[in-house]
Amino acid sequence: MKSYPVKGKPDFLAVDGLDFEVASGESFGLLGPNGAGKSTTMRMIGAVSTRTSGELEILGLDPDRHGPEIRSRLGVVPQEDNLDGELNARENLYVYGRYFGLPGRVCAQKADELLVFAQLEDKAKNKVDQLSGGMKRRLTIARGLINDPRILLLDEPTTGLDPQARHILWDRLFRLKERGTTLVLTTHYMDEAEQLCDRLVVVDKGRIMAQGTPAALIREHSSREVAEVRFGSEHNERIARRLAGFGERVEVLPDRILVYAHDGESVLARITEAGLQPLTSLVRRSSLEDVFLRLTGRSLIE
Amino acid sequence: MTTVREAPGPERRAHPSLDELRAEALAAGRRPRRFGSWYVTEHILRAMRAYGWTIVVGALGQPLVYLFGLAVGLAALIRQEIPVGGGSVSYLVFVAPALLMTATIAVASEEFTYPVMAGFKWRRYFYGFNASALSSPQIANGVAIAASARMLFAGAAYYMFIWAFGAVFPLVTVPAPATGWIAVPVGLLAGLAFGMPLMAYAASLHEDRGQFALVQRFVFMPMFLFSGTFYPLETLPWWLQWIGWISPLWHATQVGRMATFGAPVDGALLAVHVGYLVLLALGGYLLARRIFTRRLAR
Repeated sequence: MKSYPVKGKPDFLAVDGLDFEVASGESFGLLGPNGAGKSTTMRMIGAVSTRTSGELEILGLDPDRHGPEIRSRLGVVPQEDNLDGELNARENLYVYGRYFGLPGRVCAQKADELLVFAQLEDKAKNKVDQLSGGMKRRLTIARGLINDPRILLLDEPTTGLDPQARHILWDRLFRLKERGTTLVLTTHYMDEAEQLCDRLVVVDKGRIMAQGTPAALIREHSSREVAEVRFGSEHNERIARRLAGFGERVEVLPDRILVYAHDGESVLARITEAGLQPLTSLVRRSSLEDVFLRLTGRSLIE
Repeated sequence: MTTVREAPGPERRAHPSLDELRAEALAAGRRPRRFGSWYVTEHILRAMRAYGWTIVVGALGQPLVYLFGLAVGLAALIRQEIPVGGGSVSYLVFVAPALLMTATIAVASEEFTYPVMAGFKWRRYFYGFNASALSSPQIANGVAIAASARMLFAGAAYYMFIWAFGAVFPLVTVPAPATGWIAVPVGLLAGLAFGMPLMAYAASLHEDRGQFALVQRFVFMPMFLFSGTFYPLETLPWWLQWIGWISPLWHATQVGRMATFGAPVDGALLAVHVGYLVLLALGGYLLARRIFTRRLAR
């Protein structure tokens, strides 16, 4: 548990009784909207932020007593890049390696290898400030790997990246996973969670709403398919009431109506039979987005 | 098509037991625990190279300008010797150690303000340091040690210039050459006495609302002007002399004058001077360490 004092109010509970275990080699995700307590949890797992109460063990050690030891085996990719803008890309890797007590020669060699891994070898001598967002992100991930970590912590690794940069990153993370590195990541992107996580917990307001594999979560908390229909934002609310019996569940969003059903096409057919003419319609498989909506009544990206 | 290569790494067991992981972590943490402060120092010194030119020009140019300006201008005007204890010394000899102390304190006022703010807020690299095997006190130590290196450089450069000045103009600028060099470490102590509390203050700030400019104007400047830098403190009316007494610059200058030209300072007072400087430096350091630790553990 982690609470912060707030002036004139009861303490703010950022993390309120999260209980989970991550096995070695597993790829584990914390999924939730902004402000759900994901980053705070990551900083606690990273043996940086101290917990207010509760138990926490990382690599079999207590972070309050063995912070440096735990951190020496972790790789951390924070949400906000904190590279040193006054150093170039290669130097950023080099000095970071020194923090783990690696000899200069080893740091230099690893820095070169990791620049290749991050596809930044021709940017080695560029100041960090001259790199694009995606390049900085890749450099931050490369930096997190300089000590061959057992656990890699990634806080919103692809937020703010274009699709191509995201795919390069995912590819790199897959490779690490194959090598047995434990990945713990937070995201509010459903596709990312589905791509990268063996198992995940859905977090909201500092609490766990559900946990399991992506497929199991969808099976448990959503229907197989979803029919999405749009009638124009001023009509959605009114028409949604008429759709009540058309599926297992109906969800109204500001811009569209979601009808959850095993067979989405037949729902669409019935809507047309009922004489309703949606402006647009589509049928898709249920995703983690739907699970989240179901569990919290809110969409992930607001 | 880009070729994709494996992430580098030594051979290791892919599925270790928890006991193996724990043992591995305990072993890996040993060196950072022992040498972490030096790793931070190394990083900051490396980063200083980005503005290395400013540092060198500042350290060499400032004494040149000040000494030259004072020697050719003010000292030429003030032909009267400054009475010190029983004897008297030339004006240049009198101000030189005070200028050296001012130089190291000026370095402190740079290194312990904006870079600290940058580490916590603008660039957040302290958080990057802290996510590695380093501890928060080690980060505070590294900042202090790197700044000390720069202060030592500035102080030593100043001292050399004072000597060089004497050689060029044929003047005796350091009448007590045997002890004169002590002014350099005293300069470092002065910088720390001023800088450590400043570092604590900088670490406690969450927003930059021009506080550092205020420190410069309302702490550094008055201290520079009222600490017996350009004239003996006793020249000031009694109701202004307290500024000297709380000013690390005055205490350091008094010790510096004792070192460079043997200004008479009795033992008890010397202990007060040095004790006060040590107290400020140590108190400020402990406070800064605490604030670093709290802020990084949030």
